[in-house]
Amino acid sequence: MSTVKLTVNGKAVSVDVEDRTLLVHLLRENLNLTGTHVGCDTSQCGACVVHVDGRAVKSCTMLAGQAAGSNVTTIEGLAKGDELHPMQAAFRDNHGLQCGYCTPGMIMSAVDIVHRHHSQGSGGKLDEETVRHELEGNICRCTGYHNIVKAVLDAAGRMKVAQAAE
Amino acid sequence: MGVEGIGARVVRKEDRRFITGQGRYVDDVKMVGMSYAHFIRSPHAHAKVKGINSTEAMKMPGVIAVLTGQQIVDDKVGNLICGWAITSKDGSPMKMGAWPAMAPETVRFVGQAVAVVIAETKNQAKDAAEAVVVDYEELPAAADVRAAIKSGAPQLHPEAPGNIVYDWHIGDEAAVGDAFSKAANVVTLELTNNRLVPNAMEPRAAVAHYDQAEEHYTLYTTSQNPHVARLVLSAFYNIAPEHKLRVIAPDVGGGFGSKIYIYPEEMVALWASKKVNRPVKWTGDRSEAFLTDAHGRDHASKAEMAFDKDNKILGLRVKTHANFGAYMSLFSSAVPTYLYATLLSGQYVIPAIYAEVIGVYTNTTPVDAYRGAGRPEASYLLERMMETAARQLKVDPTELRKKNFINQFPYQTPVIMAYDIGDFHASIDAAMKAIDYAGFPARKAKAKADGKLRGIGVSCYIEACGIAPSKAVGSLGAGVGLWESAEIRVNPVGTIEVLTGSHSHGQGHETTFCQIIAERLGVPISQVSIVHGDTDKVQFGMGTYGSRSIAVGGAAIVKAMEKVEAKAKKIAAHALEASESDIVIENGEFKVTGTDKAIALPMVALAAYTAHNLPDGMEPGLKETAFYDPTNFTFPAGAYICELEVDPGTGKTSFVNFVAADDFGRLINPMIVEGQVHGGLAQGIGQALLEGAVYDDTGQLVTASFMDYTMPRADDLPSFQLSHTTTLCPGNPLGVKGCGEAGAIGASAAVINAITDAIGNNKLEMPATPDRVWHAIHG
Amino acid sequence: MYETNYHRASSIDDAVAQFAKGTDSKFLSGGQTLLPVMKQRLAAPSDVIDVAKIKDMIGIDVSGDTVTIKAATPHYDVAQSDAVKKAIPALSSLASEIGDPAVRYRGTIGGSLANNDPAADYPAAVLALGATIKTNKRSIAAEDFFKGLFSTALEDGEIITAVSFPVPAKAGYAKFPNPASRFALTGVFVAKTKAGDVRVAATGASQSGVMRVGPIEQALKANWAASALDSVTIAASGLLADIHGSADYRANLVKVMGQRAVTAAG
Repeated sequence: MSTVKLTVNGKAVSVDVEDRTLLVHLLRENLNLTGTHVGCDTSQCGACVVHVDGRAVKSCTMLAGQAAGSNVTTIEGLAKGDELHPMQAAFRDNHGLQCGYCTPGMIMSAVDIVHRHHSQGSGGKLDEETVRHELEGNICRCTGYHNIVKAVLDAAGRMKVAQAAE
Repeated sequence: MGVEGIGARVVRKEDRRFITGQGRYVDDVKMVGMSYAHFIRSPHAHAKVKGINSTEAMKMPGVIAVLTGQQIVDDKVGNLICGWAITSKDGSPMKMGAWPAMAPETVRFVGQAVAVVIAETKNQAKDAAEAVVVDYEELPAAADVRAAIKSGAPQLHPEAPGNIVYDWHIGDEAAVGDAFSKAANVVTLELTNNRLVPNAMEPRAAVAHYDQAEEHYTLYTTSQNPHVARLVLSAFYNIAPEHKLRVIAPDVGGGFGSKIYIYPEEMVALWASKKVNRPVKWTGDRSEAFLTDAHGRDHASKAEMAFDKDNKILGLRVKTHANFGAYMSLFSSAVPTYLYATLLSGQYVIPAIYAEVIGVYTNTTPVDAYRGAGRPEASYLLERMMETAARQLKVDPTELRKKNFINQFPYQTPVIMAYDIGDFHASIDAAMKAIDYAGFPARKAKAKADGKLRGIGVSCYIEACGIAPSKAVGSLGAGVGLWESAEIRVNPVGTIEVLTGSHSHGQGHETTFCQIIAERLGVPISQVSIVHGDTDKVQFGMGTYGSRSIAVGGAAIVKAMEKVEAKAKKIAAHALEASESDIVIENGEFKVTGTDKAIALPMVALAAYTAHNLPDGMEPGLKETAFYDPTNFTFPAGAYICELEVDPGTGKTSFVNFVAADDFGRLINPMIVEGQVHGGLAQGIGQALLEGAVYDDTGQLVTASFMDYTMPRADDLPSFQLSHTTTLCPGNPLGVKGCGEAGAIGASAAVINAITDAIGNNKLEMPATPDRVWHAIHG
Repeated sequence: MYETNYHRASSIDDAVAQFAKGTDSKFLSGGQTLLPVMKQRLAAPSDVIDVAKIKDMIGIDVSGDTVTIKAATPHYDVAQSDAVKKAIPALSSLASEIGDPAVRYRGTIGGSLANNDPAADYPAAVLALGATIKTNKRSIAAEDFFKGLFSTALEDGEIITAVSFPVPAKAGYAKFPNPASRFALTGVFVAKTKAGDVRVAATGASQSGVMRVGPIEQALKANWAASALDSVTIAASGLLADIHGSADYRANLVKVMGQRAVTAAG
């Protein structure tokens, strides 16, 4: 057992867990942040994606201890109060989700994709092929990805506008 | 249509909780004192269980109990049932072996549970499970149909000699023989319909609680049909009486058929919660899902089609071996019979059809309905047959189809189904236009110049949805009726709750069903709530599968609404001192037609509940229930065309375009309908190109994780081009047909037809992996 | 996962010392391979020593004709590095195609090489470029490092600290991913050294892990062009065969990916 201290959605937390505890279980079991899901046991489906120090990673493939001292954002921490993150809004407006199970990981990965492309100076111009390729690590069984891709492209535009406004 | 009424692209009401991480799935449920279950599963495909020693495990930290198959038998928990009785052609009933929830004596597939550890934490349960010693005596296994039906093959169940569950047939054998004797051309085809693993993204889970004082059970479970679960757990498994069992299916992360069934794990969790007198949680992991969720498809078929000299179809003869796995799952027997062979007429006039279906036990995971269930197998067979025939007869495949289309409705096929309505020309024409079918030869030539092999493939599917009527399915052997219920509660303030027996696990019922109410009453959907998935709230329901929710569940809502409106009109007429026949409903108001006299719905509702001024003899309240039993199936149909390129160097397929033209009757929410088609297409394309469950000869599942079972990912699929042609279903009040399975039914054949067109070799099985395609090109 | 003891090392020396204390220790870098194996209960280290935050183990250095990537540098950082893009674009391209974006943020070159998965990407680059693996104890030539499936020249407690790649005249990598796992079903790295030598390595193909591909090397020595491989035949014997690719299919992929790697290299 170890005490793991980290910041989750802006709040400092300290949790006693077995050393074998994965970050996803710390979030779900100890912090009751059940929006982060587990969809596989081979680190492939991406339902567990969260941001650790600004990077979208699979929280099922990270020990809680590895996240000590880090800043973690989960799906629950993405919206600003009642105001949805543009990616969340785009998923809703484009019907980018059905059963909702892969959705949190999908949204967290998608936010990262857009951030990455904006910061690389591609002018936020993501194309469909790039989005499809970069969603490689997130599996959805319901949507056929059609509307997810639409949502990410839509959000890329919205986030650029939001960025410009800031 | 109002802005939120029928036909409006309303964004989903349920989305906010999912996009903010507030969805509540079974594994999110926590209870005070909750314990955790971990199952001990057979590593062998076939073995005797000689003994289970849990002495060491019981000493490990946190262990509460180790429960075995023998205990579940001793407690007289019922064996798992198959709910549809099929009669073989010789008149004998199907031959079923017993399936206890945990195996006391014999295991028959890898992953079958023999015992369960209950512990304080999940990790403790897993740790202790490794200390339970199970003494197995391995037996030879039969892992596929061909091996299982050989003489001398290992026998799974003494009740089923030769591993044959049934040998069933349908149609007129003599008429088909006659048709073939007159044929100018005969086309033959042998093909496999590959076994699939459903892989809903949320693994199955259960949280069971036994309240000792009340002798009452609660089960949270990942179910598409919680009421059926309660019925089966009570009436057949004897775990809890129906009135003492509450089953809740909260947010459920996809089903695709796999969450229809009441599995051993859910049974054991419920049984164990009383045994240990603690709440018990079981959450499957993906590896367990691969081994224990009912698989889909797995047919091996031979088909022959007879044509006259004008290329008109004279007859069809099909022989199919269906792999059921080691046990007969809840709905399994009906899938390759009444959901498959009855669809073998497709969109065509086929004067004579004869099909034989042999159901076979093998030492593999049980097989049951998976998105489409029988209909994809029928459609794949028929549409590959039509393409093969066109090539053999040297005619354009669209022309051959059009020549043989059914044009007159209603149309009685030779295999039970009576198609009520359709327009098959409209959908194929729409699809051909969308993909510029006429321009394909030029595109193919250009691709060839670039070193790519381009192909185009067509698939015209028809499906039968909303299985019904109950009386008819009962006469065919079904153990349940297939109606649906709805209850409309208008509250005293005029808000509305709709209680439905349908269950939403991605389909968007919380929005679509509200739109039906909004359309009729003109109230905003924010005033309407959909209640589902809880047996304590909804009296009864048959659940969601087989694209039935809107056609059957939606129709039940309409029937209940008609009753509510009739009563409300009486109250309004009384209040407005008008004749009931003069009352019309507009924008949430009850108006006297031709006047400015009106009373708003909340005032009508309030009047119903205050009961101060109701018509004489009227009961207070405004709440109505309807049970709707359809008169026929619905028949969604459509045409899919796929254009793709094959890289001859690697055998890899890339999509150029995929168009779908579907006829679902009336669309309530086109946005949601399109989403259903997208998802179905992905699963159909997945079957064609990527997915296939593979067992080795010893019965080990080779594709037991996402490392080896290829799930469709975003970069495997194209964006889809959808359109709709519409013939309204005459059989239900909404004119709807259902859309959940269409994509999965129609897509596979279009893809394979396109690849075989591209490579010029028709010998290709699904999944058409790069390896297989490369070999098909290069030999 | 079995219970284990997690330690975060502050320095390379600290990592080595912590490692020695455990009865069956393992170094943990990005964890993108080790943790999945531990989750399946296929590995049960008594202790895991996290080296991913050791400052001396992170970073990229390009000087003269050598690109040095410190062992705990994530794939993403390699893929994004302008210096790597300029010096060995094939290496940054390879790094940009490992796993998926989430894996690339965590997975590291040292972890990948120490694990030596027969379908991993980096071993192909290391072998084809003739890189040197630096450890806390010594330098190991690529030829001497890979010892078959999941096996390397590393001794118990030896830790990779960096990998040095000589900058080639030309290099290219082409991968055909396993449709399910997205690991390399076959990946081929071709390199022409500044001295004019040609080295070609294939991953994912051979039963004994990453391998040099003699017939392709000879053909490219004679003529550095994709078409030079048209007449090359790769033997299927000794190649992996599974549901995703038979041995003859993989043999074909070695050739076809070799051609595409040459095209990518220019």
